[in-house]
Amino acid sequence: MTLVGPESRFHVLAVDDSLIDRKIIEMLLKNSSYKVTTVDSGSKALEVLGLTDESDDSSSPSSSCPDHQEIDVNLIITDYCMPGMTGYDLLKRVKGSSSLKDIPVVIMSSENVPVRINRCLKDGAEEFFLKPVKLADMKKLKSHLLKSKQQHVAPQPDQLPEKPPRNPEDEEAAAKAIPNGIVSDCSRCSTSSSNKRKAATMEQQEGLSSPERTKQRLSSTSSSSSSSNSLVVET
Amino acid sequence: MAAALTNQLHALVNNMFATGLLDEQFQQLQMLQDSSAPDFVSEVVTLFCDDGERIIGELARQLDQPNVDFDRVDSFAHQLKGSSASVGAQQVKNTCIQFREFCQQRSRDGCLKTLDLVRTEFYDLRNKFQVMLQLEKQIQACYPKH
Repeated sequence: MTLVGPESRFHVLAVDDSLIDRKIIEMLLKNSSYKVTTVDSGSKALEVLGLTDESDDSSSPSSSCPDHQEIDVNLIITDYCMPGMTGYDLLKRVKGSSSLKDIPVVIMSSENVPVRINRCLKDGAEEFFLKPVKLADMKKLKSHLLKSKQQHVAPQPDQLPEKPPRNPEDEEAAAKAIPNGIVSDCSRCSTSSSNKRKAATMEQQEGLSSPERTKQRLSSTSSSSSSSNSLVVET
Repeated sequence: MAAALTNQLHALVNNMFATGLLDEQFQQLQMLQDSSAPDFVSEVVTLFCDDGERIIGELARQLDQPNVDFDRVDSFAHQLKGSSASVGAQQVKNTCIQFREFCQQRSRDGCLKTLDLVRTEFYDLRNKFQVMLQLEKQIQACYPKH
């Protein structure tokens, strides 16, 4: 049995509506010895994190998850451009939640739009990766994960002294953004949401016959009980 | 036997890099494959081939409409661009970029011409991928399973 290093305890939640990109990011993360859960949408990500789509804050388990377990996610890596809830929307939800705000969030995008990148970083994203994501990018995750682990080690109330105080202007902007819903520059996402959903449905239907795809589907919807079995053997 | 097949495989893949069909992203995928995930590259390649075919079909359907919804066409081109970039399919990716420019210009003519080009390039790539996967299977068959 291989020795389990500290890295194998890091659990990364990867969010991407593209099946190919989910497969690749999963492989990249496993290659770096992280435990991985993949989901295909922001709303599924919130379910995994214990938030329902409607609630802005949650310190109690979601009612849509009857056998809810503590799913300890150490980092969220999400695609920016997704139908429905964009990666930016997910970022705002996470940072706006008292229970989740300290989880580092990394955004990925195939498009190099400085305004978009700056906005994500300003609103709490730790990193912004340009797609396609490479092995070298995985190294950048380590420092964010170690930082979050340190915060977990010292049990503190929500006001963590290490965190720099937020700019009051950002707080206002955040408060305005969340109730208004989607604040996104990704026009393709909003216009193409029906296409992508249709495509996703088609993928799921087509995937039924293929064992690898079934496995992929399972990994995107599984609870931590099944993925924790693989925790020990991750190398 | 395995040596000859391996030489063939390497020659094919090297040629795909040399002619710009593939870029270093494909090498990233090759580097990720290991004994714990020996079929990773073939799985991703297969996903790309199936997905690409679906998207090209959608593009043709959309451009066949009397009133073309260029935003929709663009979104499909964006999807194909994304998956080809992820797989390292450089040539197809670059054609998708051109495609999107014609979508921005609302040029049905430009889109149709580029669709023809992307279709040709995609099928050429897919054929080569299929040969590649076939060679890999044959090489694996030369070695007894543990």
